[in-house]
Amino acid sequence: MSDKKPDWMVEVFITLKPSVLDPQGSTVQQALNSMGYENLTDVRLGKYFQLTFRGSLARPQVEKQVQQMCDKLLANPVIERYEFKVPPDPGSRRVSGRA
Amino acid sequence: MRFGVVVFPGSNCDHDCFHVIQKVLQQPVQFIWYAAGRFPKVDCLILPGGFSYGDYLRTGAIARFSPVMEMVRRQAERGGAVIGICNGFQILLEAGLLPGAMRRNRDLTFICKYVHLRVDSNLTPFTRRIPQGRILRIPIAHGEGNYYCDRQTLARLKAEKRIVFRYCTAQGQTSPDANPNGSLENIAGICNARGNVLGMMPHPERCMEQGMGSTDGCELFLSLLSAARSALSA
Repeated sequence: MSDKKPDWMVEVFITLKPSVLDPQGSTVQQALNSMGYENLTDVRLGKYFQLTFRGSLARPQVEKQVQQMCDKLLANPVIERYEFKVPPDPGSRRVSGRA
Repeated sequence: MRFGVVVFPGSNCDHDCFHVIQKVLQQPVQFIWYAAGRFPKVDCLILPGGFSYGDYLRTGAIARFSPVMEMVRRQAERGGAVIGICNGFQILLEAGLLPGAMRRNRDLTFICKYVHLRVDSNLTPFTRRIPQGRILRIPIAHGEGNYYCDRQTLARLKAEKRIVFRYCTAQGQTSPDANPNGSLENIAGICNARGNVLGMMPHPERCMEQGMGSTDGCELFLSLLSAARSALSA
């Protein structure tokens, strides 16, 4: 048995800002509409990241570092916005209801 | 005039740029490796087209953290000429040396063809010899050239005459159907406030010799050379 702390599993979601046209999303929406899903009114495509941090890091440090990573590299603030989920404890896989 | 062509992992227009500088313009030119922390002073730095770092994450997003970018930034700050072509333009945007960002092309396809460009500003050393309103034929080749910036930035670009090239018809109309990629206001190229940093999606280096379909790319570099000559004699 190892007493090593399990890793933090962080999820990052990046999407185009609502004001920025998303040609991929529009194309997917049109395809779904033509497949008969007529009540679908909008699709926005984005990027999903899974970041793994050492479990020894404290939660606020994880949050701070993820935010820095998003600001510096993962998202482009001119056209994109981001959100991320850090679970309450290292080891928990998912905090949101997202599939 | 001494030129440097920056080579990122994935650049693929670096040799084209080197070739036209050396053989067509007959000026001294050297390659500059992306990992270089220092290099000999050059008068014009070219960030060439290609797919730096495989375009992973976003075009230019990873290249902007290359060691060489510190020297690119200094070159821009001291007023030296910097031109980013295609992927080079995307890198300049990600680096914040030019404002705005690139989105996927409106129709989601990679577009490789000749387009018409209207020269809307000759306040840069790259266009000072070209009469405003002149129409150039220069090819594009990109999947992400759909330029975007917010309203305030656009107003500033216009007020400061920093929109250098716009996609247009053969007659010079910047109509929506002359816009290949959905770019805001048909923008094909912009410069910084000082005019010494230019970013453009079209490839002037691909049309500088007879047999290439156009020699309009020469106009930019001949402007630059004449700007350098008058700076020397001033």
